[in-house]
Amino acid sequence: MSIKKFAVAVFDDEAVLFPAVKKVRSAGYKIHDVYTPFAVHGLDEALGEKESDLHIAGFIYGITGTSTALGFMGWIFTTDWPQNFGGKPMFPLPAFIPITFELTVLFAAVGMVLTFCYLNQIMPGVKKHIFHPRQTDDKFVMVIEVNDTNASETEMFLKSTGAEETNIQVAESDWWYGRFDKKEDYEIQQQLA
Amino acid sequence: MLNQEFKVPAKLKTTSMVLLGIGVITLIAGVIALLLSKEQLSQNRFWAVLLQNSIFFLLISLASVFILSAVTLAQGAWIVSFRRIPEAIGSVVWVFALIVGIILLTLVWTDNFHIYAWLKDGYNPHNSLNALKNFFLSKSFFTFWTILILVLWSWFGIKIRQLSVRQDTETKGSTKTYWQNFNISAGFIFVFALSLASTIPWLWIMSLDSHWFSTMFSWYTFASSFVSGMSMIMLWVLYIKRHHYLEVVSTEHIHDLGKFMFAFSIFWTYLWFSQFMLIWYANIPEETVYFQIRMHGPYRIFYWLNIILNFVCPILILMPRPNKRNYFVVTLVAIIILVGHWIDFYQMVMPATVQEHWKLGWFEIGIVCGFVGLVMYLVSNKLTKAPLVPQNNPLFKETIIHIS
Repeated sequence: MSIKKFAVAVFDDEAVLFPAVKKVRSAGYKIHDVYTPFAVHGLDEALGEKESDLHIAGFIYGITGTSTALGFMGWIFTTDWPQNFGGKPMFPLPAFIPITFELTVLFAAVGMVLTFCYLNQIMPGVKKHIFHPRQTDDKFVMVIEVNDTNASETEMFLKSTGAEETNIQVAESDWWYGRFDKKEDYEIQQQLA
Repeated sequence: MLNQEFKVPAKLKTTSMVLLGIGVITLIAGVIALLLSKEQLSQNRFWAVLLQNSIFFLLISLASVFILSAVTLAQGAWIVSFRRIPEAIGSVVWVFALIVGIILLTLVWTDNFHIYAWLKDGYNPHNSLNALKNFFLSKSFFTFWTILILVLWSWFGIKIRQLSVRQDTETKGSTKTYWQNFNISAGFIFVFALSLASTIPWLWIMSLDSHWFSTMFSWYTFASSFVSGMSMIMLWVLYIKRHHYLEVVSTEHIHDLGKFMFAFSIFWTYLWFSQFMLIWYANIPEETVYFQIRMHGPYRIFYWLNIILNFVCPILILMPRPNKRNYFVVTLVAIIILVGHWIDFYQMVMPATVQEHWKLGWFEIGIVCGFVGLVMYLVSNKLTKAPLVPQNNPLFKETIIHIS
């Protein structure tokens, strides 16, 4: 939970956004985030984002699912409550494979969705500050974290990169749980006071 | 400027000629030593090896036509950068179709019931599908359907490439040929669904074990041939790129091909296991006899190699993203997959034809060499006939900026 000051630039077109991202990065500014209405190919490379480790997490969840299924079924049918079906072995591996497969997929899918939500700070009922009301509609929004001394200078620079609208916002940088408006208004008013 | 004129490297030419020579010599030696010998087993071995290899190489070449049609129908751009390679492989399908046609029709019209047991006079399949199965496994239907499907496959393979090459000389921005190709692709998918994805593997391979049947069998054969076909395309693309052609093919395109190899290895395993598990679970003697000889009999080494080479290796090696983008690793896996699925076809054909007396000797290896040489010779020759990159394709720009 921390209130920060941001310089916000709104772009109309991804063709303007890409050179702007390059200019901003080569001028040494650190981009807080870029919000786009759709997935823009190549933007994460342009932003210098590292490849996500989400798939490694997915592999670990999958392996967990596999061992849970095999271990649990194996324990039940050989130790806890041994039963024989159709003269098959007590640990009939081929018969366990479909369930093992399903649990692997289930664990990997659910685990990865939750991890993805956590990494991107989205969850049902969780709020984040929105820098521009049209950032999910048709505008591309670039946000740079600033402090009191360089705020206006950064804003000027963003304007020069082709932004159609720029402003300075004081906002909560993390996510929070609860109501969207009241909390935010309260925090910002406190900060400004 | 793109390097559009492919010249066959001298090394490839010599290699293909040598391999082809080995194949022809082996075939002649095989006719003398095996076909003309008094032993029934040797004759069976001769036919079974020819049957297995010709069908295997026909089906993996046909996979190129299938992937082209499927991606054309989906209007996928990623394949455009290297589409001349599957096109070249697809347009030589007719050679393999001819070979398969000759072998199959010779077998059927000489009443070789040692290979196809249902050719025997008064043969009764002993099952509830008697009338239908007798019709399906009859000389006339077999001949009619085989010839029809082989001709259609060959025609589609040639036609798809022809249209694509014609596009090169069209006025820029014209989409007439593009849509024509789209329609032809739709036609091929229809033919493919009725042939390789359903009837043809039953007719050609499953009927070797004529008492046994499995409805999964065609899908399983299709998956096997498709994943090895993708591996073959991968090997060609990497080989040609190594010789400073195909500049527009980037790691992104290789990554996509790698994904196909990865995903369809799992798909193959899924189908293979679906077929296996139901038979294992139901445990009906007339069905388990198929796996008896493969799992516990003399073929158990192929049974386990099948799972290790076609499932465990691809899934573990190709799972991390960087591995699918590493040219050495994907080459290695492509070779593993091709060998693995050759073995898969081997264990489909051999137990029914030579029973427990399988051999991997000079004849098998020589014939494989011959077919590999034939593929190398025909495809590389075909590639010289047209520009290597279809620059006039409407999706050309999209394929260059493609990110997997």
